[in-house]
Amino acid sequence: MSKIQQAFARGKAFIPFLTCGDPSLDVTEALVCAMAQAGADLIELGIPFSDPTAEGPVIQAANARALAGGVTTDKIFDMVRRLRTKTDVPLVFMTYANVVFSYGAERFIRTAAAIGMDGLILPDLPFEEKDEFGPLCEQYGLDLISLIAPTSHERIRQIAREATGFVYCVSSLGVTGVRSSITTDIGAMVALVKQEKDIPCAVGFGISTPAQAAEMAALSDGAIVGSAIVKLCAQHGADCVQPVADYVRAMAQAVHALA
Amino acid sequence: MSKGRFGVHGGQYMPETLMNAVIELERAYDHYKDDPDFQAELTTLLNEYAGRPSRLYLASHMTRDLGGAKIYLKREDLNHTGAHKINNVLGQVLLAKKMGKTRVIAETGAGQHGVATATAAALMGMACEVFMGREDTERQALNVYRMRLLGSKVHPVDSGTGTLKDAVSETMREWTSRIEDTHYVLGSCMGPHPFPTIVRDFQAVISKEIRQQLLEKEGRLPDAVLACVGGGSNAIGAFYHFIGDAGVRLIGCEAAGRGVDTAETAATIATGRLGIFHGMKSYFCQDEYGQIAPVYSISAGLDYPGIGPEHAYLHDIGRAEYVAITDEEAVEAFEYLSRTEGIIPAIESAHAVAHARKIAPQMDKDQIIVINISGRGDKDCAAIARYRGEDIHE
Repeated sequence: MSKIQQAFARGKAFIPFLTCGDPSLDVTEALVCAMAQAGADLIELGIPFSDPTAEGPVIQAANARALAGGVTTDKIFDMVRRLRTKTDVPLVFMTYANVVFSYGAERFIRTAAAIGMDGLILPDLPFEEKDEFGPLCEQYGLDLISLIAPTSHERIRQIAREATGFVYCVSSLGVTGVRSSITTDIGAMVALVKQEKDIPCAVGFGISTPAQAAEMAALSDGAIVGSAIVKLCAQHGADCVQPVADYVRAMAQAVHALA
Repeated sequence: MSKGRFGVHGGQYMPETLMNAVIELERAYDHYKDDPDFQAELTTLLNEYAGRPSRLYLASHMTRDLGGAKIYLKREDLNHTGAHKINNVLGQVLLAKKMGKTRVIAETGAGQHGVATATAAALMGMACEVFMGREDTERQALNVYRMRLLGSKVHPVDSGTGTLKDAVSETMREWTSRIEDTHYVLGSCMGPHPFPTIVRDFQAVISKEIRQQLLEKEGRLPDAVLACVGGGSNAIGAFYHFIGDAGVRLIGCEAAGRGVDTAETAATIATGRLGIFHGMKSYFCQDEYGQIAPVYSISAGLDYPGIGPEHAYLHDIGRAEYVAITDEEAVEAFEYLSRTEGIIPAIESAHAVAHARKIAPQMDKDQIIVINISGRGDKDCAAIARYRGEDIHE
């Protein structure tokens, strides 16, 4: 069982996301430790990209702030090296295909695995293009996370069949960002995955309240929250660690309260 | 290797949410491209509405002045809406209608593709929304007004650098949020498969006509075909039917902006490297960590950090050449063609005219150059006047 799947073994998982380097890599490092202590089961580290086409305005702005602050892939790798002396919480990178490709796919994946990353999420790498990085991830022991969307329909089966780590269920049409309600039949999407493969499914896009997180986790194996956390980072800047930890604790409790 | 490849380039690097949409488009296109009724309907639109075939005009003053190769101008500027963009748009909007879509969305740089899409949407009774970088809405205010006049909604895009690449990103985001009734009319031979192929096929009418017209006028093929390249749709259209003719040089003219040795450039082949962005693998202007570069050109239509995957492939195999033309050279060519032939070219097309001025004098008098005048330059007059220090208002 991979470390990612262990994150789901104890029960429902709460998975927070943050953009590395927003507001600084020192704060990111402190945030990861605080989130792990507050009950995060798995943490997504966003490597900023200049043109994040799957993101809404909140995470777009965080990407722009981080890049303006001088964050690079190498500096993020160094931060993860420091983090790994402090926490063993499962970590996955979330970024865009060009960040991996331009670094040299093998060099990126080999380094990420060596410094203790557990997985990789690339929203612009669909099933059809999986071979670009999939075999390298397998070689170096990194789970390449597959996404399914409300529009995936019959594609869910083929995606699930070859999925590793967990399946990221995109809850709604559109880009990342807070939504007041989620209308997709998440239960049906998850059921299709489980018919093909016994693999955890976590729901992301649009979740911001403990009630929403609990509702989505009840239908799946976990809830992913990005924009709501990134918003707290934007609002509190260097002082965001405490408010983010408080928020993550409340969200994780709501998810973990499910039997 | 996945579908839609040109050598290593192309592919479908898209969010899962849009994959069924591009697959649906591919299926529909595969069906209609061989459907005689669809093709007849499109041909009627191109001929009766857009004014095709466009003229192949012997630029005798320019030929005499440069003293070398004989120069023909392919007059895409004479099409309805003033550019080659209408060729692709009529095809795609007709296809969208056949697919049962009721709404189209599009990105635009200079505004030519936005105006063309707004026009086709008005003609075919579709709702239309166009995404345009904030900076471009200011550079091309008249085109914004045109789109509104045609019944479209124009969304200024503030994200990123507020130019063409950001307009593409924002249109992709919009498509992700509303797919069922909406087709994304991509304006260049780029993006995920099947767009590079669809756009190339709809623009290939340009080279098909050049070939016929030149055979009629000269009884032979040209020695060189020149076209400007941003994403590369007018160039791939002008090149396509000559790719198999090794004797025809195919020359794409990129925007060097203030020079390929400066950061203010949009010359992808000259300064970019292989990457994955906007749904495709191709060459992109980017930094060492793969962050897409904020490109620059005086021409809003060439101000894009990538190039279509088929051009990247033609470059790799050496079938086409790509050269970089500076703002200054393009502006001089803009003024030159206006004075010598009484034809004001789009500043985009002026990049190709500029290169013709360099190579024609070195060629023999019995050789032939065809320059694709992809659009007319009325839209650029205020900006060029400003470049020359004259403040005029449209």
